[in-house]
Amino acid sequence: MSEPSSTEAACRLVRLAETGRPGVTIHHGGRPLSALAGDTLLTALLCNGVTLRRNEFDGGPRAGFCNMGACQDCWVALEDGSRLRACTTEVWDGMRVHAPDDAP
Amino acid sequence: MSGEAPGILIVGAGPAGTRAAETLVAHGMAAILVDEGQRSGGQIYRQPPQGFTRPAEALYGFEARKARSVHAALASLGEALDYRPGTLVWNIEKGIAHTLGPDGVGRIAFDSIVLATGAMDRVIPFPGWTLPGVFTMGGAQVALKAQGCAIGEPVVFMGTGPLLYLVAYQYVHAGARVAAVLDTSRAGAAIPVLPGLLWGGRTFAKGLWYMTWLRAAGIPVRAGITPVAADGERALEAVLYRDRRGRERRIACTGLGIGYSVKSEVQLAELAGCEMAFDPLAQQWLPEADEDGRALKGSIYLAGDGAGVAGADAAELRGRLAALALLADRGIAIDRALQARLRGRLRRIMRFRNALERALPAPFHLARTLPDETVICRCEAITAGDIRQGRALEPAELNRAKAFTRVGMGRCQGRVCGPAAAQILAAARGCDVAEVGRLRGQAPVKPLSIRAGAAAAVEDRARAASI
Ligand SMILES: Cc1cc2nc3c(=O)[nH]c(=O)nc-3n(C[C@H](O)[C@H](O)[C@H](O)COP(=O)(O)OP(=O)(O)OC[C@H]3O[C@@H](n4cnc5c(N)ncnc54)[C@H](O)[C@@H]3O)c2cc1C
Ligand code: FES
Repeated sequence: MSEPSSTEAACRLVRLAETGRPGVTIHHGGRPLSALAGDTLLTALLCNGVTLRRNEFDGGPRAGFCNMGACQDCWVALEDGSRLRACTTEVWDGMRVHAPDDAP
Repeated sequence: MSGEAPGILIVGAGPAGTRAAETLVAHGMAAILVDEGQRSGGQIYRQPPQGFTRPAEALYGFEARKARSVHAALASLGEALDYRPGTLVWNIEKGIAHTLGPDGVGRIAFDSIVLATGAMDRVIPFPGWTLPGVFTMGGAQVALKAQGCAIGEPVVFMGTGPLLYLVAYQYVHAGARVAAVLDTSRAGAAIPVLPGLLWGGRTFAKGLWYMTWLRAAGIPVRAGITPVAADGERALEAVLYRDRRGRERRIACTGLGIGYSVKSEVQLAELAGCEMAFDPLAQQWLPEADEDGRALKGSIYLAGDGAGVAGADAAELRGRLAALALLADRGIAIDRALQARLRGRLRRIMRFRNALERALPAPFHLARTLPDETVICRCEAITAGDIRQGRALEPAELNRAKAFTRVGMGRCQGRVCGPAAAQILAAARGCDVAEVGRLRGQAPVKPLSIRAGAAAAVEDRARAASI
């Protein structure tokens, strides 16, 4: 198996329905990513193959878990310094998400 | 203080909170209903964001009619109810609920409160479960219901309880590729003989129907399995399990949904001052209340799955009953015959639930025997071994273990790992899980996001749009 380097190979969420919504663009570490209006930030990032964060304690990559605001394993930072729970925050066009240097 | 006279506050706009609000308004009472979600419906009747188009039948299947009815009930209250979506209650003390809403932090003074905070998945950790691609069963369902997405391709579901077959069915139905359904219980379909189960025949029949449907659709369904590990380099690549004969198996997948039924969300009840008691069936500490949901002291009422899991139909009944109890306690005339009917229906459901819990207990033995190096607390990467080493502490209170290993001090406050951690600690001490005590709810019940920047950004967008 080859290393999944392209974002496509690493997509974590797969869209099955509701794909007719208007598109929005968000930025992750400056890189533009396409998303759909009504996506949560978790959906938008995982559909683009971006893992959300690294755990501060064991350094492991994390991509959320409960998807309903309970486990708190999906917090990400925006470039303006605010911190958000990705699974309960809807994206907006032009949203700028901070990507840590060691982003997984 | 806000200056408003204290009134009735309801927390949670799922089926329980909705029916409580409806009942109060029908008796001419003013009430405030808050929910941290942007849209009402709670877990089962969760509504996707604006702009999504699938009809209720596609989202809720057999439950479409009930979902519509619950959504319509809330909508019909209009101005008579002060409904505040997007508002988290993060603390309750001395008749004040502390909130975080669209306008930032706030306080709501109340003289009676109905807590209808619902439930979340019961999780039993296992090696590799922190890998990207592993979600709770509920999380997998939310991805589909509220976002139109599958958690991977292909997906495996593993665990036990009613959500296992339901979510797998919903996935296949929506066109997702499901590689297998792995059930840790052996019983599977072989239990309808229990007398209590006859009471809930319809609910049970539905579970059987999903299972049969999945088999007919060619989805491998395996019962009596033991989880071994989620495997992958940087993300999930496969799930390993032992089949009922003890042979190790591997199934490639990029999404894995796990869960062992659901557990009550009780932090607010505890902060509000409810007495807590260990429920051996649920293996969880629950707020004490009478049949109608009236807490032992104070003007606190508990409704729905937050007061012990009994499902959506029970949640509607319990919302009504809690509101009727509140009204009666205020000396307002209520329909006693209706109350008696609601109680009767609730009792029948409870009998079924109890029989089901007894027939399909959560397999906590899986937690007790986990290898030392397994991460239990995913917030702070605390392992089973760390928890076991905390066992010398006296008394064996989970709160002490928390001070020692920090289990439950992470962001989630032990919501995810608490039940498994208690089982591991109890096994290490050789005592009953009730004796290890519990993780106490603490404020804030959820971390508060620093939204200053986000709020400003929203304002900017609004301004840009209006220019
Ligand atoms: C993920 C998941 C999926 C489920 N799916 C099904 C299903 O498909 N079929 C089924 O029969 N049962 C399902 N259940 C069981 C479900 O709990 C009940 O059937 C039903 O939703 C219970 O209704 P409720 O009103 O008690 O709670 P819920 O429907 O859970 O509603 C509770 C509400 O309280 C809000 N809330 C909680 N805490 C706070 C707070 N601190 N501040 C503000 N708001 C708060 C939540 O946002 C939520 O909207 C599911 C449970 C879970 C956890
Ligand atoms: S994924 Fe659990 S809180 Fe967001």
